[in-house]
Amino acid sequence: MPSLLKRREFNLFVLIILLLIAVSLRAPNFLDITNFNYILNDTAILMMVAIGQLMVLVTGGIDLSVASGVALTGMSVAMLNQYYPGIPIIVIMLIALGIGFLLGSFNGILVSLAKIPPIITTLGTMSIYRGFVFVLSKGKWVSAHEMSEAFRELPRGNLLGISNLLLIAVLSALVFAFFLHLTRTGREIYGVGGNRLASRYAGIDTKKINYLVFALSGCLVGLAGLLWVARYASAQNETAFGFELQTVAACVIGGVSIMGGSGTILGVLLGALFLGIVNNALTVINLSPFYQMGIQGFVILFAIIANTLVDKRNRLLMLRKRKL
Amino acid sequence: MAGGNDSVKARFLNVLMKWEVILFLIFLIVIIVNSNLSPYFLDYFNILNTTFNFMEKAIIALPMIFVIICGDIDISVAGIIALSSLFMGMASASGTGTVGLLAIGLGAGLAAGFLNGLFITRFGIPAIAVTIGSMTLFRGISYAVLGDKAFTKYPKSFAFFGQGYLGNTVIPFELVLFAVLALVFGVVLHRTSFGRKVYSIGNNSTAARFSGVPVNRIRLIIFGLTGLMSGLASILLTSRIGSTRPNIANGWELEIITTVVLGGVAITGGKGNIFGVIIGIFLIGFIKFGMGLINVPGKVMNIVIGFLLIIAIMLPGYIKDLRERIVLAREKSL
Repeated sequence: MPSLLKRREFNLFVLIILLLIAVSLRAPNFLDITNFNYILNDTAILMMVAIGQLMVLVTGGIDLSVASGVALTGMSVAMLNQYYPGIPIIVIMLIALGIGFLLGSFNGILVSLAKIPPIITTLGTMSIYRGFVFVLSKGKWVSAHEMSEAFRELPRGNLLGISNLLLIAVLSALVFAFFLHLTRTGREIYGVGGNRLASRYAGIDTKKINYLVFALSGCLVGLAGLLWVARYASAQNETAFGFELQTVAACVIGGVSIMGGSGTILGVLLGALFLGIVNNALTVINLSPFYQMGIQGFVILFAIIANTLVDKRNRLLMLRKRKL
Repeated sequence: MAGGNDSVKARFLNVLMKWEVILFLIFLIVIIVNSNLSPYFLDYFNILNTTFNFMEKAIIALPMIFVIICGDIDISVAGIIALSSLFMGMASASGTGTVGLLAIGLGAGLAAGFLNGLFITRFGIPAIAVTIGSMTLFRGISYAVLGDKAFTKYPKSFAFFGQGYLGNTVIPFELVLFAVLALVFGVVLHRTSFGRKVYSIGNNSTAARFSGVPVNRIRLIIFGLTGLMSGLASILLTSRIGSTRPNIANGWELEIITTVVLGGVAITGGKGNIFGVIIGIFLIGFIKFGMGLINVPGKVMNIVIGFLLIIAIMLPGYIKDLRERIVLAREKSL
């Protein structure tokens, strides 16, 4: 089974390399370090939120409220910064984490205790969180000049040329890769997604796991919300509108099963990177940005179908091996 | 005698527990509250006219009932509206008449729906994954062609479908169309073998297949139908607002799914009926209308709808728990 999973990510990796070569034939400067750094920075937030989405998807759920969560946390911390510019950035980061944790916990409690299916819970909270952005801001924006210098510089500041934004994303990926693949609770998440009943009989607290994935996803959403408004130096009501489906897309492209039970951090990172490269390539080869969405849709469909076909072939190969 | 009394009570609780009854009670409360808040609410002309605001969504909710009962989901419906509207706009710009526009609108919707269905049934990919992709693709095509421009030239007679009334009455054509379609979809769902097969797929698709139900063909038909109805909704919406922009009907997919789920259709499939959804449609429509009359912004309405969705799904479970507790308490006291 592990070799099969590895193959999936390997396929995606090859696809990314091919894409890079194809684009750089049209635009030679596509592959230089500055541009690649730019792509990574552009996908960092998607990567973070997609990691949260991965955990929820692995348990067989889905979190449609992530984009609204990003907008609500983003607006909250931006307004906090606007009215109390003196609060140090590290405190703001903790507050963002806390708000995200609360939003995620609300989802988690509804799913695990009130037993509402995740898709319905998050469909509801998606509207609720987005609505609260408006209530909080009364429809106004927080723009760049209303944010403090430290706030705006948070994602841009860098260590050895690597931006804080990217550092935070990489750090989250490492922490969660360790958590998901090497700790007991992490493995339990896969267990719950693979077979809920069996994992309950095996003594796993499925309610706790269900709550936990939403709460953790919320934490990532909170951090992402802060980074989003700081990076784009503006907090609006429409921040991250439609972003929830992009995070699901990144996961699906990365080989995460929408039915739960399988998916890896590496796959999700590659899936997000793939979307990021496609977006960036369009600008580099001078295609109208209006083509972006159509090509993205085409790419998502293509990747999903390719994944499914490869899986089917692998299963056939395994069956054939068993016959011998 | 006491036993007889008990069974009456139990039956009463059973009726109360029925989802449509709960919804209808909420609906009545909404009407009473709204008519107290604003004197303009209970005006039949106003009420009829407000249906313009949600009939297009209602028409897509009908086939969406079938999709969700099957255990699938279709996120691409609003994308299909955008695509369908785009093709109608292009055709209209090159001088196609109203009849041609109708054919193009419906045809584009049907084709898009079938494309979803083919991907889902031929490759065996979950519907949510396929339709997230096709949603992006359909709307993306509209963005690629239109960019920041819009089609605004439509024939005069085309305006009837989204703005017209039945004869000389004040009844909107859209409302009549919805009523007819709701009747057709209701009969198909509850009175034909096709409808029963849809439920059997949602309850256990493997068992359905072994019982001779052509599962994939039925799913293909349902996705085609959803596309067709999205095409129809696109005609109505394009005709009503008289223009085509790429962001047309943005975010509708989740509103429509919310309505269907609020109407008592189980997201896990196999359960639900058309009456609940019809009540759900008017419930949401009237809540929004009432709040609009007292100047509540749309975003705040969404908070109410969101909470309503969550509470509505929690409620039946709690009533069931309460009932079991009453029964248990009675058994203990005996």
